[in-house]
Amino acid sequence: MKGLFIISGLGIFAMLAEIFKGLGLKKILYPVVLLGIIAAFVVNINYEWNNTMSISWFDNMIVFDNFALAFSGIILALAFFWFIFANDYFENTTNVTDHFALVLFALTGALMLTAYRNMTTLFLGIEIMSIPLYVLAASKKNDVSSNEAGFKYLILGSFATGFLLFGIALVYGATGSFDIMTIRTKISLMEGSMPMFFNVGVMMMLVAMCFKVAAAPFHFWTPDVYQGSPTVITAFMSTIVKTAAFAAFVRLFLVGFGNINERWEMVMAVIVALSLIISNITAASQGNVKRMLAYSSISHAAFMLMGILAVKPGMSIPSVLFYTLAYSIGSITAFSVLYNVSKKGGEGFDAFNGLSKRNPLVAICMTIAMLSLAGIPVTAGFFAKYFIFTTIMTTSFKWLLVLAVLTSAVGVYYYFKVIIAMYFKPAETTEKVEIELPVLLVIVITALLTLAIGFMPNYVIDML
Amino acid sequence: MLTGLLIVIPLIAALLTFFIKGKAARVAALGFSILEFAVSVFAWYQYKTEPLSKQLYLNCTWIESIGANFSVGLDGMSLLMVLLTTFLVPLIILSSFKNEYDKPNSFYGLILLMQMALIGVFTTNDGFLFYIFWELALIPIYFICLVWGGENRARITFKFFIYTLFGSLFMLVALVFLYQHTGMYTGIKSWAINDLYQAGRSLNASQQGYVFWAVFLAFAIKMPIFPFHTWQPDTYVNAPTQGTMLLSGIMLKMGTFGMIKWLLPVVPLGVANWGSWAMLLSVIGIIYASCIAIVQTDFKRLIAYSSIAHVGLIAAGILAWNQQGIQGALIQMVSHGINVVGLFLVADILFRHTGTREISKLGGIRNVNPWFAVLFLIILLGSVALPLTNGFVGEFLLITGVYGYGAWTAAFAGLTVILGAVYMLRSYQGIMLGESNSVTAGFGTLAPSDKAVLIIVCAAIIAFGVYPQPLTDLAEPAVKNILSSTK
Repeated sequence: MKGLFIISGLGIFAMLAEIFKGLGLKKILYPVVLLGIIAAFVVNINYEWNNTMSISWFDNMIVFDNFALAFSGIILALAFFWFIFANDYFENTTNVTDHFALVLFALTGALMLTAYRNMTTLFLGIEIMSIPLYVLAASKKNDVSSNEAGFKYLILGSFATGFLLFGIALVYGATGSFDIMTIRTKISLMEGSMPMFFNVGVMMMLVAMCFKVAAAPFHFWTPDVYQGSPTVITAFMSTIVKTAAFAAFVRLFLVGFGNINERWEMVMAVIVALSLIISNITAASQGNVKRMLAYSSISHAAFMLMGILAVKPGMSIPSVLFYTLAYSIGSITAFSVLYNVSKKGGEGFDAFNGLSKRNPLVAICMTIAMLSLAGIPVTAGFFAKYFIFTTIMTTSFKWLLVLAVLTSAVGVYYYFKVIIAMYFKPAETTEKVEIELPVLLVIVITALLTLAIGFMPNYVIDML
Repeated sequence: MLTGLLIVIPLIAALLTFFIKGKAARVAALGFSILEFAVSVFAWYQYKTEPLSKQLYLNCTWIESIGANFSVGLDGMSLLMVLLTTFLVPLIILSSFKNEYDKPNSFYGLILLMQMALIGVFTTNDGFLFYIFWELALIPIYFICLVWGGENRARITFKFFIYTLFGSLFMLVALVFLYQHTGMYTGIKSWAINDLYQAGRSLNASQQGYVFWAVFLAFAIKMPIFPFHTWQPDTYVNAPTQGTMLLSGIMLKMGTFGMIKWLLPVVPLGVANWGSWAMLLSVIGIIYASCIAIVQTDFKRLIAYSSIAHVGLIAAGILAWNQQGIQGALIQMVSHGINVVGLFLVADILFRHTGTREISKLGGIRNVNPWFAVLFLIILLGSVALPLTNGFVGEFLLITGVYGYGAWTAAFAGLTVILGAVYMLRSYQGIMLGESNSVTAGFGTLAPSDKAVLIIVCAAIIAFGVYPQPLTDLAEPAVKNILSSTK
């Protein structure tokens, strides 16, 4: 909770820095934000982890239990890496402080989503997180595709918000409460005599959440928005936002609606199957790396949904947590490399041609990230897939497992296209790809983390 | 402890080699691989004096929450495969001394990394670790083929990678399925091989059938068995010679070894119901690949197809599941590894000295370089299983084993020896005999490193042909052990 205060305080500080121009706060803004994120992380881990006292705030509207702290820890760590690699982007934009404030408020919303226990906080979190993103997606003001991205995201996002709100209203109508623990008890007391519109409400919330995590068939915004937005914002959306959305998703469906899983599991299974097939087949035919990553993120969402689908809290929560971590770290590496490579060569696969000669270290790190996202041992991504496999193996949805295996093989195809380009295709220029030291450190550290988690997955999986 | 050392040495060696610039890298790699061979020989000595010595086993906790341990050990069967690996890798490295590869440090580093993964596959007693090493072996060879391969390498290596990964993912699903059924009495799930055996045997017949096919698919693609072989000839021809040697000499043994240790003892009912289908595929593969080999004009491609035929016979021997069959398979795995490395080196030498591997363009090399002709002949005779060569011991036992399974099956499987003699002797005739022409007249003398490798290979072929006792000594108790456990 203290972390949440710190991050929202930072957001306000960033806005103040713009107002009081004379004080020169702008210059210290960047280091203050980085320190603030570290502080929030440390406070979360040191003072609140395993502390069963004083975890619930505002009448149980926000509960920072270990689940919330684990997910917000991941989000804060990602945010730290993200700010370092995105620094370059901030330097090149006007209204730096506005960008900072927007990102920090989105981060505040993300932290709220990990810790809500009341559906109003869920709604607030999603809105606080999404509204800044609509703006950020369109932040390349002179670029048509960026404007298109922002507009599409806004329209479709509001649509999904509408669904969410309707769903919340219907569930409230059936159970008489916003508190998800109360809803859970009500459901188990009234099982069988629940009105029909309760099911409709659950379905509407499912649709809204699937929209937020970009699962097929609610994924149509993803490729355009991911491609059109500035790369750093895409990285933010596909890592931090996705982690937060999944934290919310897990809590809502495992805790809130966990004991009526037979009412939604079939729908979710179909969503998973569609996501796996559509995303992998479409990603395989993309020529733009950013768009490929967008489509592949849909397939990763499907894997995480499989964890939720199993409804075995003891296994589902750690496996989803692990997957978000592995996926986000790999994505941070991939996006920071892509961002720096695309400055000169565009975002196509050919921009990576000959990277092994133009910057061998970065090529190795990118290879590790691609191997991890493709799920090859011994990387974090392999264990992420493995834990999901073992979780889903205990259910009756074994057919999804076979589908996941088949589509994973397709996934290898497009991730390896990048590796082949880096090591096999000759570069058009022999010019070195220069990367600033802090960003290079982010790339190397995240790649090493991917390997480290791959060698010692037990430290993460035993955390919860 | 020793086994752990066998895995750690190549890993450290690989990391060190990555940092050695220029030609020193290959000397270092050779040194490391010889050291590794020495350690494995010591392990053999240890095994002979005290088979169950604690030195040969290592077991430490790795991922406690899922019951996966870093558990490795050497029994007779693993030791045989480990010795094959450690014996071949120095030869493979030595055989590359005449080839100029750019970025030699990465090339040799990857070979050593590959060696680590292979030894891991052969020694592990933990299902999870087995899968990890199994996949880990794929990555170095993928890069070896991709970076140093011939034309079209991107497309071909890609096919190879996707194909094998596809198979292994099914194996992973089957292994996870088995894992979920462990710990029925204790309640503690575990990846230990004995627990997986127990879990597999407790399944009903149809479940065992699914597991059998899922795991068999992975092994069949790796070996490869007809009809999963389509990646193999292209990959073998396009990979750099050392990559081909690693693939055919050692890596395909992962599949056959896997069948003996990780498939047939796990699902006996599945084998009983479906084994005959797998046997049919193996035998079809033998005849099919031999017939294609006869019409090949490229010598390297011919060896690639002959390798499918040989491995088909090994698979048939394993599926026969009797003493002679499995023992023959183990011995033939060693012999085939040695012979095929020799043959691929011959192909490489031919290409380096004449610029072609087309049999029709060559001829009369015996007149120019009789020593090379003799060495080639010995390797070739080993490959066609002439008595007093190593190939004979293995193939004889294999055919006996398959005969125990069914006389007709043995008759068809035995065709491999006859057809093998046809295509091998024909290619020898085309390449070595006759009048020398403009392509072969300037063949010249062999490089010392090539000569050394060929002589060592020939010596091994004759030595194990005349005195196969050391091999059978290692194979026999292991086979008895595994057979009695499934009875």
